[in-house]
Amino acid sequence: MAAIEVDKLRVRYGQRTAVDGISFTVEPGEVVALLGPNGAGKTTTVETLEGYRLPDEGEVRVLGLDPHAEHSRLVGEIGVVLQRGGVYPVMSGARALKLFASYYDSPRPPAELLSLLGLEEVADTPFKRLSGGEQQRLLLALALVGRPSVCFLDEPTAGVDPAGRVVVRDVVASCREEGVAVLLTSHELDEVERMADRVVIIDHGKVRAAGTAGELAGGQEVRFSVEGTLPLGRIEESLGAKVLAEGSSYRLQGVTDPAVAARLTALLAEEGVTLTDLRVGRERLEDVFLRLVAGEEP
Amino acid sequence: MRAFRAQVAAEVRMTLERGETLLVTIGIPAFLLVFFSLVHVLPTGKGKPVDFLAPGVLALAVMSTAMVSLGIATGFERSYGVLKRLGATPLGRPRLLGAKISAVLAVEVAQVVVLAAIALGLGWRPHPAAGLAVLAELLATVAFGGIGLAMAGSLRAEINLAAANALYIVLLLIGGVVFPLGKLGGFATFARLLPAGALTQALHPTLGQGAAPGVEAWAVLAGWAVLAPLLAALTFSWE
Repeated sequence: MAAIEVDKLRVRYGQRTAVDGISFTVEPGEVVALLGPNGAGKTTTVETLEGYRLPDEGEVRVLGLDPHAEHSRLVGEIGVVLQRGGVYPVMSGARALKLFASYYDSPRPPAELLSLLGLEEVADTPFKRLSGGEQQRLLLALALVGRPSVCFLDEPTAGVDPAGRVVVRDVVASCREEGVAVLLTSHELDEVERMADRVVIIDHGKVRAAGTAGELAGGQEVRFSVEGTLPLGRIEESLGAKVLAEGSSYRLQGVTDPAVAARLTALLAEEGVTLTDLRVGRERLEDVFLRLVAGEEP
Repeated sequence: MRAFRAQVAAEVRMTLERGETLLVTIGIPAFLLVFFSLVHVLPTGKGKPVDFLAPGVLALAVMSTAMVSLGIATGFERSYGVLKRLGATPLGRPRLLGAKISAVLAVEVAQVVVLAAIALGLGWRPHPAAGLAVLAELLATVAFGGIGLAMAGSLRAEINLAAANALYIVLLLIGGVVFPLGKLGGFATFARLLPAGALTQALHPTLGQGAAPGVEAWAVLAGWAVLAPLLAALTFSWE
């Protein structure tokens, strides 16, 4: 049984459809990222899994339970980082962790979590006086205090400095090793690529692509820029590939063989067109994301 | 039980650590009690001013904790996402609400001890058979708590803060706390229908003469004690 199951989930706010038929699963010990721009439906999806919202259509299950109807059975098993806030502003990290620990049957010791998240030196500082990154790390510590089997982390690295990000990544990695299912959201590609085993790219409430970063990147590609006008027809004909204009550069669609680059160079030389940039390599997740989300229909 | 006890302790501690809360729950009632007991400028009748003022500030104490302090704190917890986050823990809403009620009662006990001690020092001699006063204070706690939570659960935190403080001032003035309702002229009829007015109308006879308050005061208090929490329960939005 998957730890998290989302099947054709649809959530509406009045007339607006925030989540429009999303399906995915997360297995125990797997880190899955929902990636998408603001307003894509990431938080709505996560909050439905946390039991805050009801699906209008479709079904969600966490550890086989209905997160809304069976909320009280589920809350002891999940750890949550909300998109925003969640701690008494006057309360220090040490006090907040001790209080949250009292809610659970066998909590992780607060001191252990303060050390794990690198918060020992600010343990007695009120939440409102912590830096953005420290606040975020404390919220993560609070999510882990109940030894959850499933973690929902909504933007866990938002506002976190580079050193803090390393800590957050390490903690997520240790969750994976302990068999915790982690669902996180982000609009930062870099973080997602580093943390997640699988990525679900969503936009306007729909899944646009899903897979590992490697699968999504889809192998080799050839990208180039030229000075002057490109003899488009000639190139497409002799290389047998479609040339796509992307901003100021071009991409050979469907070409994964780097040898094509050599033929392209020769061709352009024959035509007297100056090549200003040529890149052969793996498409980065960022390119996939931009291609899917920034207008171009797949 | 461990979660409940920890939550009560946290709620009490946060209440007592908020300077502005101590001001409205202890500072202002104590100041009014001492000042107007010593400076005879209020139309409190023939007896010692403290005999009128002590029941008044005990009513004000309940109002300040159950309505103002609870309401403002809950409003900010709502806006900071604390209530939402707690909803994803095993604490649960019933225990959270129970902890808040227990914390309010604990703070009220402390207020009564402090304010009664000051009043006794100023020469107040309450009637020893004042059991009904406790019942009136409890009913008023439910009523004021309901009002505070109804506002906290529907208004934006900053507006709720202003509204709760404004209501505190208004009820202080027309609730029979420092001015007898009989001196309020046209306001008196209206004031008797408010929970503050009903509470002071209940506390004066019980603490003064050991006499049972009139039916009207009980009816108004009970009415608010039912309607206000009901309104809060129906309108409260957790985020």
